[in-house]
Amino acid sequence: MTGYFLQAFIYLVAAVIAVPLAKRFGLGSVLGYLIAGVVIGPVVGLVGDETNVIQHFAEFGVVMMLFVVGLELEPKMLWAMRHRLMGLGGLQVGLTTIAVMAIALWFSIQWSIALTIGLVFALSSTAIVLQTFNEKGLGKTEGGRNAFSVLLFQDIAVIPMLAFIPLLALPELIDKAQLAVGEAAEHHEEISLVAGLPGWAYGLVITAAIAMVVVGGHYLSRPLFRFVASSGLREIFTATALMLVIGIAALMSLVGLSPALGTFLAGVVLANSEFRHELESNIDPFKGLLLGLFFITVGAGIDFGILAQDLGLILGLTLGLMLLKALVLLLLAVVFKIRHSDKWLFALSLAQAGEFGFVLLSFTVQNHVIPMEMAQVLSLVVALSMFLTPGLFILFDKVIVPRYRQGSHQREADVIDEQGTVIIAGVGRFGQIVNRMLTANGVKTVVLDHQVSQVDILRSINVKSYFGDATRPDLLHTAGIEEASLLVVAMDNPESTTELVKYVKQTYPRVKVLARAFDRGHAYILHSAGADHIQKETFHSSIELGVDALKCLGFHPFQVEQQKNTFKRIEQRSSKILYQAWCDDSSGERFDNNYRKLFIELEETIKAAMLKDRSDKHATSERGWTPPPKGYDEVLDHDDAQRADNDANG
Amino acid sequence: MSEIKKRILLLLAHPSQHRSEVNIPLFETAKAIEGVTAVDLYGEYPTFDIDIEQEQQRLVDHDIIIFQFPLYWYSTPAMLKEWQDLVLEYGFAYGTDGEQLKGKPFLCALTAGGKEEAYQAQGYNHFTIRQLLAPLEQTASLTGMHYLPPLALFGARTASEDDRMDAHRRKWRRLLKALVEDRVDLDMASGLGKLNHSLDQIILGD
Repeated sequence: MTGYFLQAFIYLVAAVIAVPLAKRFGLGSVLGYLIAGVVIGPVVGLVGDETNVIQHFAEFGVVMMLFVVGLELEPKMLWAMRHRLMGLGGLQVGLTTIAVMAIALWFSIQWSIALTIGLVFALSSTAIVLQTFNEKGLGKTEGGRNAFSVLLFQDIAVIPMLAFIPLLALPELIDKAQLAVGEAAEHHEEISLVAGLPGWAYGLVITAAIAMVVVGGHYLSRPLFRFVASSGLREIFTATALMLVIGIAALMSLVGLSPALGTFLAGVVLANSEFRHELESNIDPFKGLLLGLFFITVGAGIDFGILAQDLGLILGLTLGLMLLKALVLLLLAVVFKIRHSDKWLFALSLAQAGEFGFVLLSFTVQNHVIPMEMAQVLSLVVALSMFLTPGLFILFDKVIVPRYRQGSHQREADVIDEQGTVIIAGVGRFGQIVNRMLTANGVKTVVLDHQVSQVDILRSINVKSYFGDATRPDLLHTAGIEEASLLVVAMDNPESTTELVKYVKQTYPRVKVLARAFDRGHAYILHSAGADHIQKETFHSSIELGVDALKCLGFHPFQVEQQKNTFKRIEQRSSKILYQAWCDDSSGERFDNNYRKLFIELEETIKAAMLKDRSDKHATSERGWTPPPKGYDEVLDHDDAQRADNDANG
Repeated sequence: MSEIKKRILLLLAHPSQHRSEVNIPLFETAKAIEGVTAVDLYGEYPTFDIDIEQEQQRLVDHDIIIFQFPLYWYSTPAMLKEWQDLVLEYGFAYGTDGEQLKGKPFLCALTAGGKEEAYQAQGYNHFTIRQLLAPLEQTASLTGMHYLPPLALFGARTASEDDRMDAHRRKWRRLLKALVEDRVDLDMASGLGKLNHSLDQIILGD
């Protein structure tokens, strides 16, 4: 037991130190994990052979990652992207594989190995690239979007690759493996439902399993999640999410399919579900940690002996590979008319090999496709190319962007035709109206509410909404707060509203926050929490009712309208002063005597302004329509006559 | 050459800007010129709740006043009329001590749906554009401003299809720059029916 604790502690310490440091130096988290692994493995030697075992376990992070990728892909979106995805992605994978394979063949490597190397190197690093896009805000650019399509195609292509690679197994390697009986036995005696079935029955079982995932995901998940959510226990929801992913992975392994494929499918099926963000935020930490662990084991597995021995070869291979990949991407950018700096972003961002390369490599070794020694060299090439990627992004930022910016300096500012999403937290009586106004004007909104029943009602009238507690940072993250332009906080609990406003303004100062205030005091609290726009929930409707009342009493409607505007104007002007008084008070009791005095003054000002209208000709609310004093026209006439005289004389 | 001698206050009144084909481009052109304060009245007062103090202060702070608007029923859109009703107060713009606008040049830059030929005694609009704007001319006179004949884009609905926008935009930019740099012969301009075809005459040292 102590041994496990120590090991876990070493891995965690390495990650906790290395990852934040790597991020600070602009290298991204993936490189941080890799470095952490290198340090505790080959450099210091704190961890040893158990990394291989842990790596198998950590590969489950990749399965979870595909589940999350699936969750983010509504079937509709997938369909809309199909040309980019198949065209750009398919050609990138195809051309790169062929080019790498051709070069490998030229170096007289056996064709099956050459093809496998091509497949491994065709993939880029989704983790590094998407992470960097997020950090630099490049995801919405033309180059970023196209790069995403390619990455997505690659992620999907991994699944058939995993199915295909075992067919390339080398007989002599299998022979060698069978000598190591213990290991082989472990591999072949896994529990299987399909062992020994005839071909047609096997096909039937597979179809049934996939149908189970799709139909079950669509029809059974909802009642299950609702049942769990109504218990209000967060950890049970997490348990359900894990149960789902692990269950599907187990089912897929049982019938001999890739667990990644199964969870990806389940993800896509659940992408439309109201529980999507909640699911994603529950799985995310596990996915992140397992992937991190995976990267650490990769780093720990790097053999410095080999690196030192073949330094020239490995460096040459890495640079050659990146050059080749960038050239293929540039060619595609030209064919698909990606222009200007986007072309370079597209080519440079995807020029590395990726984490799936590690997965494929360890898989190829397990399946006796590539000899161990070669896989180690290739692993180093993949890792090195990932190490170099942040450099390419820096090149893009510092050299390429400025060059294109100069060229486009003369152009007038672009009309913004794409609006970022608006996240609405809380969609009861208040948030609903906000949402209706926004969606009626074609604004994309993401609606969150923590009451399942509320979400159900909205879904039943075709308002897309998600279940979840918006005050939780991870849920906000999956709802897309990084890319959102506005957050509307319309929850009816003043404390949670304040908490959420504070959190968002601190963490994402770029996002504008519009908040619903419970009352005047709450409005002040929200103001000091940094909310950009605040509306008191009852202020406007109360004023409108006051307007109705005045009209019923026989006031002229237009005059009432003016009085209302005056009322609001004075209220607004004095609210700044009142806020100051509220802030200055340090007695703890927020509404102290000074504040009360000021509030009474405000009431007097309003009353005076209203009365003025009836007693004084120059009233605040009616200035413009106040007639000039009687007899003023005679003066004007006199002036004009005089001017005419002057003109005649002059 | 490009020093700011006169500060221009440009008041735009256009109630449906998402449909605008000519006024907004012209407004953008003006915005880019140094020395021009461009105010979108409908944008600033969407509920017609005009801040009289602020508007009067703006008038005091500038040397030249320009109204920019599409011609609605031979007059300004409602917002500009409301603006006049509220801001040009007795005691501020006219009457006893009402001398704040005295001597400031005043110009209307407008767009009209009808063709240029329609705005004459023989045309279907029967009056010239200057005649139709007589209330504004008289307002300028009563407030002591120096009235300049209008700069008008006629046939505005088809201006961009007929490629007349660029030429008009150039004229507009040239006039605004000349006004800022105080290179316009105001007295010569006063006698014209409109400024459209006379920029060469009235702008000095271009």
